[in-house]
Amino acid sequence: MKIMSAIGLKLFPLRSRHVLPGFRLSLGFTLFYLISLVLIPLLALVIRPMELGPSGFWAAISTPRVLASLRLSFGMALAAAVIDSFFGVIIAWVLVRYRFPGKGFLDAVIDLPFSLPTAVAGIALSTLYAPNGWIGSVLAEYGIRVAYTPYGVLVAMVFISLPFTVRTVQPVMAELGLEVEEAAATLGATRLQTLARVVLPMLWPAVLTGMAMAFARAAGEYGSIIFIAGNIPAVSEIAPLLIITKLEQYDYAGAAAIGVVMLAASFVMLLALNGLQSWAAKRR
Amino acid sequence: MKKRFLKPTEDPLWLRLFLGAVAIAFIAILLLLPLALVFKEAFANGIGAFWIAIKEPDTLASVRLSLIAAGIAVPLNMVFGIAAAWCITKYDFPGKTFLVTLIDLPFSVSPVVAGLIYVLVFGAQGWFGRSLADNNIHILFAVPGIVLATIFVTFPFVARELIPLMADQGCDEEEAAATLGATGLQTFLRVTLPNIKWGLLYGVLLCNARALGEFGAVSVVSGHIRGVTNTMPLHVQLLYDNYDYPGAFTVAALLAMLALLTLALKSLLEWRYADELAAAHRH
Repeated sequence: MKIMSAIGLKLFPLRSRHVLPGFRLSLGFTLFYLISLVLIPLLALVIRPMELGPSGFWAAISTPRVLASLRLSFGMALAAAVIDSFFGVIIAWVLVRYRFPGKGFLDAVIDLPFSLPTAVAGIALSTLYAPNGWIGSVLAEYGIRVAYTPYGVLVAMVFISLPFTVRTVQPVMAELGLEVEEAAATLGATRLQTLARVVLPMLWPAVLTGMAMAFARAAGEYGSIIFIAGNIPAVSEIAPLLIITKLEQYDYAGAAAIGVVMLAASFVMLLALNGLQSWAAKRR
Repeated sequence: MKKRFLKPTEDPLWLRLFLGAVAIAFIAILLLLPLALVFKEAFANGIGAFWIAIKEPDTLASVRLSLIAAGIAVPLNMVFGIAAAWCITKYDFPGKTFLVTLIDLPFSVSPVVAGLIYVLVFGAQGWFGRSLADNNIHILFAVPGIVLATIFVTFPFVARELIPLMADQGCDEEEAAATLGATGLQTFLRVTLPNIKWGLLYGVLLCNARALGEFGAVSVVSGHIRGVTNTMPLHVQLLYDNYDYPGAFTVAALLAMLALLTLALKSLLEWRYADELAAAHRH
């Protein structure tokens, strides 16, 4: 026993500074669980396309159909993130600064896309925006088709990503000091000038963080999109769906190649988010 | 009539009305209309038809499977969340920040990729596919695969709720308990757990909602065998694709009720126990 704990002390010299037990147990279990359930399977994803070789990998992801699906997923995700950020800032402002009946309800409802299963959102949006649906029939009078077009993908992404933008901006807004706004007013700024030149610049880091999170979620989204998209190859077929199609054709390596591209994109987003957060921390 | 002057930090009335209307209209059209449609379609033929559709054997089987998957995945992720939060907040060790990033990783992975990775490990052409088939062990297109995919997508919920909370609370109380001679287990059960119980419940609530509602990841590993490997969200898809709209919306309404219940409980926790939840929720 003495030898064991001596080895333990050598391996984790910092442990001796603490009186609390359970370090090796909790860290051991955490690492075991994380490595076996998340990291090893992710490693399988990264290793699999290697059997294709660099040129095979490139060939797998550069077919027109794959490129079109990646362009659709990432392009529409960017558009959805921008739309959600715009409305998210307005919604957060209304929730933080204004007082009106039903505010608590409105605040709670923002999280609906988090808790509503995506398949439910998918069939509901698809039925709503179909040419004979509540919204689709109105739009059809103006000759606009949403369901079964790339715009359907956009609508589903805007739905699924809205909470990220609101929930990132809202707490930052709530903690803004009123003094700067008062100072701006004292110096003769109109309210709109104050909002545009004083308040909004302070929110930028939060807005960008929310936008990045919304983008990441929308780009990987599957369930709410496939019902409304129509899934026409090279037109309204998203990248995650193409992964499933390739799997059904037993093209594991091809599916993994698209998966690696999406994983790489989410890593870049994670890094960008970390960068944004340290930038925001420095500005404070 | 006396004119009421605005405070310098108040928006003029026209702006308040305009922004308020934009926010409410956007939420109503984007979020509330789909929800209303689900319930309208589910109860279009009355409550009787709703019950008959729910009692359909395949639907009941999907409910059972969803409950099994969540019933295994949520407790496991809860234990993991507590262990991870304990070692990250109570001790210092190199690579801690990196570990926190890794724990959050499953949130930034597409659900379809989450399913795909298990196919690559356990599938017929996967790493262990051959040896699993030889020993007649079924992971993909069976309950274990569904549980694994569910664990992956709900992985960080409890941990990311507890880490900021326990970091805020520090180790003073635990150290005091240890000084007074409490064992590790006593310290955890009598000191730490009471301090984190509402945060833990909050994390479990979100974890559970996602576990019951997960679609993409489970869809990849399930195999879609009606009445056997279809969870509730997958059953919604199957019914919808077979043009059984009343049936699809009935199961969808069931899931939507669950989502609303989750939202209500979550709001209640945020309102009642704001001080005992992680800093991020105090607004």
